[in-house]
Amino acid sequence: MTQASGGAGGPEAQPSGAGRASGGAGQAEASVRVERPGALTTVQDAGRPGLAHLGVPRSGALDPAARRLANRLAGNPADAPVLETTLTGVALRFLGAATAAVTGAVAPVRLDGEPVSRGEPVQVGAGQLLDVGRARDGVRSYVAVCGGFAVPQVLGSASTDLLSGLGPAPLTVGQLLAVGAVPGTAAAAPEPARPAPGPGSAAGGGSLGLYVPSAGPVELPIHPGPRHDRLTPAGRATLAGAEFTVAIASNRIALRLHGQGVEQASRGELPSEGIVWGAMQLLPDGNLVVFLADHPTTGGYPVIAVVDQAGGSACAQAAPGAAVRFRMIGGE
Amino acid sequence: MGPSAVLVELDDLDAVLALHAEIERRRARGWAPSLIDVIPAARTILLDGITDSGAIAAELRGWDVPPAAEPVGPVVDIPCRYDGEDLAAVAALWRVSEREAARRHASGTYRVAFCGFAPGFAYLTGLSEQLAVPRRPSPRTAVPAGSVGVAGTFTGIYPRPSPGGWQIIGRTDAVTWDASQDPPALLAPGTRVRFVDVDR
Repeated sequence: MTQASGGAGGPEAQPSGAGRASGGAGQAEASVRVERPGALTTVQDAGRPGLAHLGVPRSGALDPAARRLANRLAGNPADAPVLETTLTGVALRFLGAATAAVTGAVAPVRLDGEPVSRGEPVQVGAGQLLDVGRARDGVRSYVAVCGGFAVPQVLGSASTDLLSGLGPAPLTVGQLLAVGAVPGTAAAAPEPARPAPGPGSAAGGGSLGLYVPSAGPVELPIHPGPRHDRLTPAGRATLAGAEFTVAIASNRIALRLHGQGVEQASRGELPSEGIVWGAMQLLPDGNLVVFLADHPTTGGYPVIAVVDQAGGSACAQAAPGAAVRFRMIGGE
Repeated sequence: MGPSAVLVELDDLDAVLALHAEIERRRARGWAPSLIDVIPAARTILLDGITDSGAIAAELRGWDVPPAAEPVGPVVDIPCRYDGEDLAAVAALWRVSEREAARRHASGTYRVAFCGFAPGFAYLTGLSEQLAVPRRPSPRTAVPAGSVGVAGTFTGIYPRPSPGGWQIIGRTDAVTWDASQDPPALLAPGTRVRFVDVDR
């Protein structure tokens, strides 16, 4: 053993499965029809922790704080499956009455055309249309419904993993989504309203997880990564001071950042090594990749920094074109 | 570094296998219960989901890790038909006939060093340095599930259809990945593997 160094870890501090509301096994009591699936809407819960040694990504909601808040507002355990939208929202026809909640990106929410608040419980009547519009700030909205969306689980999770293709396919128009049994038993008691550890629980606006846009550039707190010593002094200065731009190719796998190239002393690839949520790789062209929920379990480019979990919501909600700065915390 | 993960760097794959075995032994006895993922790789082990990375790092440095002993436990037999598209190229690199190349590959006992690339893709160690082969100059865009390949001193089985750059020497009907099973992967780190030539 030559060295051991730490890094900020996965977005979910709690084990999976605790208090999951619906697993497809529960009796469906209501359902929802997808009238408009939006650009990319998937079912997400807490993902598949504990399987990375088999090559299975963690996956799960990109903004766990927003997922937890949506579930609390809807009366669910924090890990219940919710919908995660991408930029253009989603429209859902409720075939039965239900309590719903929308969190995440700043976006207009309408019930049969009438504006309703995001970040509050919404009582939806049978036949009503809940429409989450295009994000005005941020990227991903989260829609929870009391009872949770009941889709078949794969490896203990309802999450769609876009890297490895595990879990249900993204939503399509006309699709019917079952809703699980309304929690009420002791086994499915709603999560108490406390901030749980994880990305976005302490930053990104709102300690309870309601995304609040930042006025200037998005500021991400970072720790030095295991390959931070590959940077030249100029490279360190660039990382600490320069502004980067979120690239259009960003997705659930990674936030891709372009900007003034970050200079490194050596460019060689490493033997592949394990990757955590928030790991920031420096590519040979000087651009940066910050790994998010659907990240590969191993990678070969140097990890020069790790985004702190407090930056989780900000990473999930950073839209293409947004400016990003880093703030180094923890000693070098 | 940060609060909840430690990347342990090691000298070589043997040291990875030894420490990984020690970590799993200790985890089975309740060590570091907050750990979520332990990811061995070629020269590193990542421990993700810890509460005090400094303390864990210090503790790991103090361990007296026994060398990677002969592994115990079951051996998984993989029936293999050696008719891969790259068998001739690999046999040429080894300077033997195709039948002899098949015999050599099927004569070893391998061990899963780590998984990665795709769910259930196991990097099997045990091929000697003399039998190391390069990857293909350019990867194939589609490699069928069950393809048996070699690259460097590793051999492996593609669990699902995917792109791939390894030299394909054969194929197997063994199912190495089934998400509906527990565990979903046939080959986990530490598992021993033999290839059985079905044409012999």
